Amino acid sequence: MTLKKNILALRQKKAIVEKGGGDKAIQKQVAMGKMTARDRILALLDADSFHEYDLFVEHEERNFGMDDKVLAGDGVITGTGTMNGAPVCIYAQDFTVMGGSLGLKHARKITKIMDHALRMKVPCIGINDSGGARIQEGIGALAGYGEIFYRNTMASGVIPQISVILGPCAGGAVYSPALTDFVFVVENISKMFITGPNVIETVLGEKISQEDLGGARVHAEITGNAHFYALSEMECLDQIKELIALIPHSNQHKAVSVEPKAPKATKNIENIIPADPKQPYDVREIIYALADDSYFLEVHELWAANIVIGFGRLNGETIGFVANQPMYLAGVLDCDSSDKAARFIRFCDAFNIPIVTLEDMPGYLPGVDQEHAGVIRHGAKMLYAYSEATVPKITVILRKAYGGGYIAMNSRHLGADFMLAWPSAEIAVMGPEGAANIIFRKEIMEAEDEDAMRQQKVQEYIEKFANPFVAASKGYIDAVIEPLETRDMLLHALEVSKNKDDYRPAKKHGIPPF
Amino acid sequence: MENEKQEYVNFAVTARKYKTLLTKKYQNRKPWVNPSAFDIQSIIPGTILEIFVKEGEVVKEGAPLLILEAMKMQNRIEMPFTARIKKINVEVGLRIPKDSLMIELEEIAE
Repeated sequence: MTLKKNILALRQKKAIVEKGGGDKAIQKQVAMGKMTARDRILALLDADSFHEYDLFVEHEERNFGMDDKVLAGDGVITGTGTMNGAPVCIYAQDFTVMGGSLGLKHARKITKIMDHALRMKVPCIGINDSGGARIQEGIGALAGYGEIFYRNTMASGVIPQISVILGPCAGGAVYSPALTDFVFVVENISKMFITGPNVIETVLGEKISQEDLGGARVHAEITGNAHFYALSEMECLDQIKELIALIPHSNQHKAVSVEPKAPKATKNIENIIPADPKQPYDVREIIYALADDSYFLEVHELWAANIVIGFGRLNGETIGFVANQPMYLAGVLDCDSSDKAARFIRFCDAFNIPIVTLEDMPGYLPGVDQEHAGVIRHGAKMLYAYSEATVPKITVILRKAYGGGYIAMNSRHLGADFMLAWPSAEIAVMGPEGAANIIFRKEIMEAEDEDAMRQQKVQEYIEKFANPFVAASKGYIDAVIEPLETRDMLLHALEVSKNKDDYRPAKKHGIPPF
Repeated sequence: MENEKQEYVNFAVTARKYKTLLTKKYQNRKPWVNPSAFDIQSIIPGTILEIFVKEGEVVKEGAPLLILEAMKMQNRIEMPFTARIKKINVEVGLRIPKDSLMIELEEIAE
């Protein structure tokens, strides 16, 4: 019975490698409040669906005492499995094996599973938990990173790529997540930076903790590198499952449709927006009132909160929502919000997800810091993204739509398919106060009571122009609708645009203002 | 979002003020200060390797002021125009961040 013996030997061999860095290293990992790489994969995928590849791959480094070092799986677990029954490719760096350090073979396991994902047209999920490049392997480690970045770029827009940061991710390692579509971080566990606190202290004398430099909250709120922020690993894995259920598995597939459901939000959509255009509200209430089952998965919730982006469903189909948020910074457009929305719009367009834009926006954020931070360049990204997108594009103007921001928020002029406005919409070249000051400057200056005249002229301007009817009279707005009609109009617009086909000139690729 | 703890403020966008919350990033932004031509600031963080001038000395345009070593490069900082050295705020061996005021200049009295 040699076969039986061989089978037993195989099982034994597998059991050893599957232990990763061994019991002591696993204990250390758990003590840090972290799950093991294998447990993370098993918790994320459907039960019993994980199939591992390259379990027996070994490194080939012969220098610096590496020749007698055995590294289980070379520090990374790769394979395929299913989520909600649909296949995905996955890899997880194993911190218990030499700190999850990336050597050439470790990288080649990753690139192999990435190639597989791209060929099979399934999403690729990478779980990062690594001390960085395996210094002993020198240039081999750098080659490994580069080969991963190249594949991230090739797969971009073809299959969804998801990066989960569950440990350190420093130096060159950060650029793979940065190239992927969605980055998930967890409080106290995720750490991302190009140069760490030690180098910064040596060079500059600046003392900063890893958490303050590149912790989860920093990337979720300040840099925008992270799209989803969780307080625990389990919450993070649940967020990934939610996202995967909403997005198509490749640019040739549609997202899975679900049973259409009426919104369950009880708040009357007519009562959400205050009558005074200077008063704030939470635009997500409008999304809840429109979306199926009032379900909305917000992306980049903490970063650039003055614009809200995320996925929901209409009539059972996945929709990307982009909405100005008057609750934060009055809902202005600025560098970060333009950047945030532009990238989301391009994701939706690449993966055939229709975009619904909800507009209530007073203009661009004034300030030296904004101008010097390149608000022109960043703002242009949004114009580019909306103009370039060929998916169904629907805009609903809720209240303010002034000036350049009106153009930027998926206006008719950038190719919107459906332009709807509520009766509360104010579509104008700028706010009434500013416009009146310019147009009636002479009258105001010559008046006996300047303030009274200014008030009178502002009022005149509001009555004449701060409404949707000027734009509607020119055909820039297709319909002025009542708030209660909005959901039905959206469903109808999506029905009409089901077979939308939009012409774009042939080109190698455009040159967006990155 | 922790907006319960925050307060709505009046926020001016052009001529109109809106009630809204501020983001952390907006609150932490640095106000703009008009830089003076008489302030020699570090354009990159680094270490002062050598100083060639003394306080009170008149230095000609283009003459070297100091060497700032940063990212393994020795950057020679030169005099932008002929002026007097009013104050030197750095010493050899000092590690400084970006935008530190290294040397202050003053006009030469006619």
